Amino acid sequence: MHGSQAPGGRPEVRLAAVLLTGLLVWLLSAPLSAQQPRTGGTLTFIVSAEPPSFDAHREATFALIHPARPHYNLLVKFDPLSYPKVVPDLAESWTISPDGTTYTFKIRRGVRFHDGSVLTSRDIKASYEKIIFPKGDVVSVRAAAYTMVGSVEAPDPATVVFRLKWKSPSFLQNVASPWNWIYNADILERDPHWYERNIMGTGPFKFVEYVRGSHWVGARNEDYWVKGRPYLDGYRAVFIGNAAAQVNAVKSGQALVEFRGFSPPQRDDIVRALGSGATVQESGWLCNNTVVFNSKRKPFDDARFRKALSLAIDRWGGSTALSQIAIVGPVGGLMRPEGPFATPQADLEKLAGYGHDITAARAEAKKLLAEAGVPEGFEFNLLNRNVEMPYRYVAVFLIDQWRQIGLKVNHVVKETGPYLADERAGNFDAAVDFNCDFYDDPDLQLVKFLSVEMPNGAVNALNYGGYIDRTLDRLYDEQSKSEDATRRMTLVRQFEKRLLDDKVWQIYVLWWKRIIPHSSKLHGYKVGPSHYLEDLQDVWISE
Amino acid sequence: MPRVHRRQRTWLARFVRHYPLGAAAGLAILGLASLAALAGYLAPYDPVANDFGAMFAAPSARHWFGTDAFGRDVLSRILYGARTALLVGFASSLVGATIGGIVGVTGAYFGGTIDLLIQRLADIMISFPIIILALAIVAILGSGTVNLIVAIALSFVPRIELVVRASALSVRETAYVEAARAIGARHWRIILRHMVPNVTAPYLVMLTAFLGQAILLEASLSFLGLGVNEPTAAWGLMLSGAAVEFVERAPWMAVFPGLAITLTVLAFNVLGDSLRDALDPRLRT
Repeated sequence: MHGSQAPGGRPEVRLAAVLLTGLLVWLLSAPLSAQQPRTGGTLTFIVSAEPPSFDAHREATFALIHPARPHYNLLVKFDPLSYPKVVPDLAESWTISPDGTTYTFKIRRGVRFHDGSVLTSRDIKASYEKIIFPKGDVVSVRAAAYTMVGSVEAPDPATVVFRLKWKSPSFLQNVASPWNWIYNADILERDPHWYERNIMGTGPFKFVEYVRGSHWVGARNEDYWVKGRPYLDGYRAVFIGNAAAQVNAVKSGQALVEFRGFSPPQRDDIVRALGSGATVQESGWLCNNTVVFNSKRKPFDDARFRKALSLAIDRWGGSTALSQIAIVGPVGGLMRPEGPFATPQADLEKLAGYGHDITAARAEAKKLLAEAGVPEGFEFNLLNRNVEMPYRYVAVFLIDQWRQIGLKVNHVVKETGPYLADERAGNFDAAVDFNCDFYDDPDLQLVKFLSVEMPNGAVNALNYGGYIDRTLDRLYDEQSKSEDATRRMTLVRQFEKRLLDDKVWQIYVLWWKRIIPHSSKLHGYKVGPSHYLEDLQDVWISE
Repeated sequence: MPRVHRRQRTWLARFVRHYPLGAAAGLAILGLASLAALAGYLAPYDPVANDFGAMFAAPSARHWFGTDAFGRDVLSRILYGARTALLVGFASSLVGATIGGIVGVTGAYFGGTIDLLIQRLADIMISFPIIILALAIVAILGSGTVNLIVAIALSFVPRIELVVRASALSVRETAYVEAARAIGARHWRIILRHMVPNVTAPYLVMLTAFLGQAILLEASLSFLGLGVNEPTAAWGLMLSGAAVEFVERAPWMAVFPGLAITLTVLAFNVLGDSLRDALDPRLRT
């Protein structure tokens, strides 16, 4: 029997249509809702070294900033999702005087430290005075980067004023330094070393525990001043030094990410294992390996010897080969190769050790060694850090390069803490070092190379080589004060030539390339050229 | 002298006849020692020389065991690595066994509070597995060949001390030791002249038995990044880092050093077992 019925007239058809439509709507809306931040969960991430101390003002290693940065706030910060935009953090706004020498920051009200005390401008002033004008035996490795600052004032509880001695084009970015954690003024007054062993900030996560050799745990700050943040219930930083174990931890889902980076084969390995569960982000990296020479020891006090060491290195060949197995990449001068101050190729190739004819360079190196009276088979120690990637790879490469001009190098590897302590104390012949930063600017990247004793009497705690070079200090000052971009670039090139070609106080090996393969469950994270910026405030996990 | 030589030859012949596996292991160890000594002549390449044109080269006529991530010849590194293994193995076993032996004999001879203190200290140290104890010592001293030898030797001391002490206790009660005491011989003379020679057998057995363990420990600690540093050729180091990461792409980087460790430790263990059977009168049938 054939009957006619209006479409959708039968109840079961109507029900099916409604269900299908509902299903369609749900399926279409699912990807959208997946992008909505989810509250809850614990983020586990890898840190490949242990922090030497808990005080960011005296340290320069990711080993501290990765596990501990989420406990603190800054005055202003780089937006991790739209780098290099500077956004408010504890300062809700700021103004700059027309002559560019007075920065006035309005401090957010109602912010509390994790112990319940209220944050005021006094805390900002005390923190910055510890950074810029360290007293007594307090170590501040970035004091030299703030030579332009005349004073820090706190005229009222909600205002902080920086008065500069000269206009500094990158001062705001310098204040956004991820190392400038804001500490409690009362605690600093009682004991300026307290923060070297303790944690107490205003950040999105409170400190729970640190078990040396195992993990660091943070829990959500329920009273955090940004409403609805952080998304995570907490985080767990696990300390894993071995690179293969790190890869396995991400592959197995025991950790979702490592915020420094992996090598191309490690990336491929993770992607193979996780498939669509992996997301890969890549970027240039404001980070490189340098070699610092102890200029107080013979024959490292002789520029000819240091230059010979630089000439012996086949950077171009090393870059091609090592970039296949390690996180190193481009050849560059003092400034990041992909950055605005990068050395032009023609200038670069004129520097010692940057030419393409390695045979000629090594012949010249041997000649310089002979002139400096360094015998064939001369033996010295190369201090290095027990961080496999890329330090171990770079050291193997360097030792082989120097072997080819008749030098015998003993590789001395230490944990991050003792390694940094040896560098600071000058207990080394030569050391594999690093110059990593958070913003492309000569004011920041060149500080490391200034004299150990600055003309104003301050100590440059980043200069482990122990040398004094007033020409470098002068060139730095001139470029820092220069408002003419072309002139500034010229001064940077002069600085570079003196450092890497004439005096060779320190040398650059290779710049790094940042590759972050992470679990697709991780959201609110964007890779940038600095691995120091993540505070986990906006990070969330999807399940 | 000729009589002594003849006696040694007879002992050796009896050892070979009764313990052919042990003899074969001894021969293999001798072969390994010869390879290590002659590595400078036998190795086809400099073991630390990078060759970026030959990274991850598979085994071939040019590179019999292939190359590693830096293009270094694996065969050359294994030959030179034998030097590291034997140096660390022999040095740490010798130092550990000697200190353990001296402490064991001293404790057994003097007895009383000295022995009690030594025993309790040994108990504490023995409560930690060897690898954990060695790891802790290396963590304190830092990495490097000398520190590695010290760490392994120290972790062997209490174990060897216990065995040697047990033998020394029975020697202490013998009539000739009593006689030496009675005629007023000094303590150190009695220890060195009368007791030490009589605990040589357990000392030698422990020395050989721990050699294999020492080599394995050296490899384990180097694998963990706490032993010998790059670019020194060392088997454990060759197994770590890139060898793990590139195991699918270049399995030879892990296979050959792994085999070298396995065969060497096996040889030392078999030799140690055979020596123990040959030297321990209680095990003689």
